Formats: sequence, structure tokens, C-alpha cells
Amino acid sequence: MIRQPDPKPDVMARRDSIVAGLRALLPESGVIAEPIRLKPYETDGLSAYRQVPLAVVLPETTEQVAAVLAFCHQNGVRVVPRGAGTSLSGGALPMADAVVIGLMRMNQILDIDYADRCATVQAGVTNIGITNAVAGDGFFYAPDPSSQLACMIGGNVNMNSGGAHCLKYGVTANNLLGLKLVTMQGEIVTVGGAHLDAAGYDWLGLLTGSEGQLAVITEVTVRILRAPEGARAMLAAFKSNEIAGGCVDSIIASGIIPVALEFMDRPAIHACEAFAHAGYPLDAEAMLIIEVEGSTEEQDRLLEKLSAICNQFDPISLKVSQSAEESLAIWKGRKGAFGAVGRISPDYLCMDGTIPTSQLPHVLRRIGEMSDSYGLKVANIFHAGDGNLHPLIMFDANDQTSFHKAEAFGADILKLCVEVGGCLTGEHGVGVEKRDLMPVQFHAHELEQQRRIKSAFDPGWLLNPSKVFPLTDAQTAELPRAA
Amino acid sequence: MTSEQAIVDAIADAARAKEPVLVQGNGTKAGMLRPVQAARTLSTAALSGITLYAPKELIISAWAGTPLTEVEAALAEAGQHLIAEPPDLSALLGGTSQSGTPPQTPVQTPVQTLGGVVAANLSGPRRVAWGAMRDHVMGVRAVTGRAEIIRSGGRVLKNVTGLDLCKLLTGSHGTLGVITEVTLKVLPGPEAAATLVLPGLDPVAGVGALSAALGSPFGVSGAAWLPPEAAQRVAALPSGASATLIRIEDFTESVTYRIGRLKDQLAISGSVVLDTDATRSVWRAVRDAVPLDPAPDDAVWRVSVRPSAGPAVLAAVQKAGVSGFLDWGGGLAWLSGPATTETHLAVEAAALATGGTWTLMRAPETMRGAVRVIPQEPPAMARIAREVKAAMDPAGILNPGRLYAGL
Repeated sequence: MIRQPDPKPDVMARRDSIVAGLRALLPESGVIAEPIRLKPYETDGLSAYRQVPLAVVLPETTEQVAAVLAFCHQNGVRVVPRGAGTSLSGGALPMADAVVIGLMRMNQILDIDYADRCATVQAGVTNIGITNAVAGDGFFYAPDPSSQLACMIGGNVNMNSGGAHCLKYGVTANNLLGLKLVTMQGEIVTVGGAHLDAAGYDWLGLLTGSEGQLAVITEVTVRILRAPEGARAMLAAFKSNEIAGGCVDSIIASGIIPVALEFMDRPAIHACEAFAHAGYPLDAEAMLIIEVEGSTEEQDRLLEKLSAICNQFDPISLKVSQSAEESLAIWKGRKGAFGAVGRISPDYLCMDGTIPTSQLPHVLRRIGEMSDSYGLKVANIFHAGDGNLHPLIMFDANDQTSFHKAEAFGADILKLCVEVGGCLTGEHGVGVEKRDLMPVQFHAHELEQQRRIKSAFDPGWLLNPSKVFPLTDAQTAELPRAA
Repeated sequence: MTSEQAIVDAIADAARAKEPVLVQGNGTKAGMLRPVQAARTLSTAALSGITLYAPKELIISAWAGTPLTEVEAALAEAGQHLIAEPPDLSALLGGTSQSGTPPQTPVQTPVQTLGGVVAANLSGPRRVAWGAMRDHVMGVRAVTGRAEIIRSGGRVLKNVTGLDLCKLLTGSHGTLGVITEVTLKVLPGPEAAATLVLPGLDPVAGVGALSAALGSPFGVSGAAWLPPEAAQRVAALPSGASATLIRIEDFTESVTYRIGRLKDQLAISGSVVLDTDATRSVWRAVRDAVPLDPAPDDAVWRVSVRPSAGPAVLAAVQKAGVSGFLDWGGGLAWLSGPATTETHLAVEAAALATGGTWTLMRAPETMRGAVRVIPQEPPAMARIAREVKAAMDPAGILNPGRLYAGL
């Protein structure tokens, strides 16, 4: 269980005047302070943790965001930026003495520039909203996190979100050209633009994935890409995780970079098949979904080469889709994985470590052993090309012991990821969830260096507090006393 | 410095003495940006060697002083390459020494190091499609001005654990820390490549064609426009006309198919297709700014703008006697011209008018010390830059003044 510091008593005592101050800055509907209406903002995708904030503001312009931040800065009030609230790591979890800045009303597409292949949108535009705006002209925005129907681009930038197609197209950081941001002091700044290379320090890179620790992002300029002529998937099932891992290695060694290369273990295959009836082979220990792009002839050639590689690994089954519909069927199970696991188990934790791909068989074996010893089921989904592993740990939230065990199991998996040369989080972020695990990956002085960078932007530590970094001694002193 | 610990000791000593340190690899980029006034020099050149290469995991790690050519050779042996195609500017920058006087006889220029390329975030033609050097830095080790070894990132391809100091250090030109080891994402090199050469287009029409090609579904990995005099300097290109260059890299059949489709769609009379070998040599020349050929005393700039603004930059600087060519679909202007404050201000104005940035790549030392070698930060970011510098290098000893006067 991750503990949060107590609210600052002086801020709580000034609640009414703070709310009145915020009301003076925003339209009537832009400030929420009634307890019943604050409730929807108490949690995000990590729903085991809940805290109703002091107030919620819903600005519609960058200037309103700047006014709110300047006010909070002057009054020593903590701020939690929030997009759609889909964070799986508790990145948008409020604190009782914090103002949540919800950016969902900033949902305008400001500019689409096909000649320069970029689009500028407000932070509250959904990920899929960017692609939808340009798809009619044959373009798309590449990063595609599973939550793309709901998650917002501002949150994507703050978490450096990935997706299933990163192997070819990269993560958010690689598809970003410019930002408009507001500092904690209330200054509006533009970083980057429609050009490719910035001179000077790479603020764009530093802000991406900074989890709301450095500034509030209000506008984003992204690269948009012309969609390929077509894409098609194939499915290959194998007798063991080791064999499937060997097949992944051979694919990479062949020089083919598939646009997606997804790995599912036996429990994941079974869960997804029961849910989606996608025709997955239930006798397989491991399964790969491989997708290629290009003209029909190019797809044929690549899928033929890939089939030949898979055939060297004694596959249980091999299915090359012949049409867009068949590709959709192959993807259907994988895309429904979260729902599928939710059907088996009332609750699950979705973990997110990255490992060197060569370590996959070893890591899956160890996760299997941990699953036995914790007595909790786990299904593993893996972006095999880039080593990003998503174990889904199933538990029962009505049973506190089961939840605590699931958390401990998850922590053990992430420690294992670091132990084999990987990292704590590939695309979900540290948030609250993995905050206390940071010393597993970083030395104390390395964390201190990161804290100093945070302080350079936010000297008062008002932005998205008590996340990413383990609490300092001073903060620990503010923890509620154990009951 | 032959070990990371020796670098730690040297920085600790300099910090105690409060004496500035010139941080470099082989010093091949000493002629760009502002000159550093420092009593001490710290080179990573002797900290050399590949520490990890896992081709199947698309990862390579090496000490900062490793010659880039050594990294490239190791990758080529496994059929892989550096994604951002970093340029080798030693010929271009080697013409001006730190003192600003061109050497009388050409000397053997030392090769650039991996650390130098990363610290300068230098990317070549493939950047337009596949990202910059900074996009592929998966991990770094560095010694900060506090004489502490810090790590950021790691050896995996997807990592959002903590603040991304890899990107902060990449392109910081040794002002925040001395990069000691770098881990890069790499990719399989293409089986084949081809270039479609469209002759005789003016800059606007040329960039229009590049834009159409980059907006096609055919995966263009290079897009440049050279004026006639620049095209002339590249062997394998038809002479006497401007050249609009479009590159495809992929499997052989795909290259044939895609370049054919582009040729048909763009339908420019007189267009020719270059084969794999000619394509490699032409794009190596574009990468290393060979088409520029400045006079020995000329200044050189790189200007990054929105691609469609490239022609306007060329037109604007022409009045000041500055000329050049365009890469990145029009988004990168390589410029050269007389090394004066007036020409520099003309380049600045052209970049600012189109919302872009510039980097002074080469000029006499007096000029480099007097002008804005890169754009000024807006006030809020200038304050944060000072705070970040103080956080990483509290004594202000690492390459002081390299990017901005007084920082």
C-alpha cells in the first residue's frame, strides 16, 4: 500500500478563499468545489487509490491555465494536471489539498498542415481524435496506446505513451515537434514548433514523460504520417516461450522490421480466446501476432519470408491473413485482452516493465514461479520487438489480502525486470504506483539529480506532488500515523 | 582520460579550483558554436570501445570516446546501421581551427567520437523520416559537474522511468555533464536503396515535390534540394541543373516498386533513378554538407524550419550573399557565406521569420564570441536553463559559454 502525505493544514484552512480566488479567474462552470461533483475526479486508471481533491478547475484556454497556476503558486497550493484520467500508474491521483487542473475542455484541433506533415492540437484532444481528423486525407498519428479512444494527447506527452506499433514508429517523444506549456509560476512558453531540430537544451525531450512534474502542457504539435498502402497480420503459435522467443530473434536478424510484433503467453491466449473467439490455438504455449505494411505484393513477400522463418521453429499453427477482415480477427483477441482478463477475474493490475528481449523465457519462467507462490493468476502480453512486458495480475479487490499480495507480486516482477537489465516502466509511467520502487533502478544520488531538475522548474514542489520520486525525509514526516 | 573514474577525479579537482574545463572528444566540433575559454581540457577520446552489442535486441553501447567509424563498422558487419545517419563534418569544420585561422596545409583531421556526435545531437538526411540522434539514445552514463556518475535510461528500447536525462544531455554540448557511455537503438540496414533525381526545379517546386513524396505512402527516407552549383559538386548527379533528390531504402523489390510509383506520380520530365551504390555516395555527400563548399573564410550555418519555409530562407539570405541547399524535405537549410555580423543577422532574421532555429556551425572565433550562435531562450526558459545548469554543474565549470554567453 502506497502512503501519501497528510494535506497541509494551512491550505485546508484556506479552502473557501482558495475556491473563491479560482472562481474569480474562470467562468462559472469552470470551477468545481461541491463534494458530490468532485467525486469523479478522485481516481484514475489505478482505481485502488482514491482521494477527493480540494477543487477541480476546467480551463478552456492557455491563459486561464496560466492564471490558475500563477494563483496557486502565489498561494502555495499544490496542483494535479489531468487529461482523461486513464493513467494506470496513478499519475493523476489527487491530494486532499490539491487543485486538479482538468484539460478536457481544451479539445480543439488548431491546425493541420499536410505540406509540413504536422498538426497542432490542444492538450485535451484524444489520441484517436488526431488520427480521426487526418484519416480522411490518408494520414495518421502513430503512437497508439490501448486507451487511445479516451486518453488525451497532453497525458500522452506527460507519460511518453507508446502502443503496439512503437517498433517501427517510435513512442510519443519521437513523434512530437512542439509544445505550448505553462510554468508553475504562470508563464506561457512555446518550445519547438513545426521544425525538426531545436537548438539549445532539449526541453521537448525533457518534458516528454515528465509526468506533470515540470509544467502543464496546453498545446501539442505532433508529426502526422501518411498511412501505408495497406497492412496485414499473421499469427504463429509455438510449443514453448523459448521457441517463440527464438523466432522473434530470427525475425529481427532477418532485417524485417514488422510494424507490430506481439507475444502472448498461454494464460493470455486462453483469456483472449474465451472472450473474443478469435480462433487462437488453445494448445499453444506462446503465440505471436506479426503485422507488416505496404502494397499487397509487398505484404505478400514479407509475410512469405516471415512464414518461412516461423516454419523453422516447428510452429503448432501458422495463419496468414488474406484480407483486412482476417487481420482484424487476428487482432481482435489481443485488442480485447484487458476486457478478456476482466471477465476471468473481477480485478487485475496491469504491470509494465521492459526487459532485454533475450531474457523473455527466463522472466516468464520466474513470473510463473511467483504466480504459484503468491497464489495469483497472471497473463502476459509482450511487445516483443521492444521488450515491453505487460503482466496482468488477477486478484479480488474485495479481499484486502488479495490486493496487497497482487501489489507485492507486481513489485517483484518489476524488480526482476531491473535485475535482468530492464526498467520499471516502459510506457505507463512511475506515478504513485512505482514511486517507492525507484531506488531499485536508481542510486540515491541519481534520484537527487532528477529532483534538482524538478526543482529548477518547480522550486516549491507544487506540481503533481508525491509522485515519481520517493518521498523525502521531510515528506515522510508528514505521512499519516499508522492506525 | 582513460577511465570514468579519472574523469570524476578531474572534474572534482576543477570544481574545487573553480577552473573551467573544455570538455571534448577529439575536438572535431570545436569550431562550431561559441569558443570556450578554459584553463583545463578534458578529453574522452581515450575512453574507447564497444561495451555491448546485441544485434537481435537492436542495441549497441560504447564508451564516449569510441570513434564513430568503429561503431559504424561493427554495425555494418551485422547488417545494421545508425538510424539518424549522423554526418561526418570533419572536412567542413576542420578548415577552421579554434583560433579561427585556416591551417596552411591540410592536416589529418581526427575522427569524431560517439560521445561528440551525441553531445551535439547531429543527425543526417534520414532524420526527416526516422528521427534524430536524440530519438535513439536509449541510455547514457555521464559525469556531472558535481563529479558524480549518473545513469539515465538503460539498455532497453522502451523506458519512461524517471526524468529523461538522456535527452537533456544529448545536444547539451558538454555543458551539463561529460557523457561517458552511450546506448543507442539501431536498425537493420536496407538491402537496397535508390534515388529519384528530378532535374531543373526551382526551390519552391522542388520542395513541393519533396513534400508530395514525403506525404506519399512509400516511406521516403531522404528528401533534398540542391541548386545547380551545389549539384555540380556531387559526382553521380547530372550537372547544369538543380537536383531534387528523393531516396527510398528497403528490400530490393520494394525499392524498385516504390521508386517507380513515385516517378510516375511526380511525373517530372528528365527524371532519373540512381542505383544503390550511386544513392549511397550521393546521400553521403548530402549528409556531410559536401554540396556547400564554402570559401575558407566563410561562415557556415544550419537552419531548421518548417519544411515548406525552406525556399523562403534561401531567398531571404541570398541578398546578404549567403547561399546553400536544403535537406529534410526543405526543413534543414545548410548555408554558407561571408563571416560577418551582417550575414549572421540576415540568417537569424530568416530563421525567425519562419519560426525556426539556427546553429552557427563555423566562423572565426571573434565572430563566434560576438553573435548569438543559437537563438536566445524566452525569459522563462532562460531562467530554467540557468537553474538546470546550476543543478547539474553548480560551479559552472563545464564548457562555460559554449551555448550562451555567461552560461
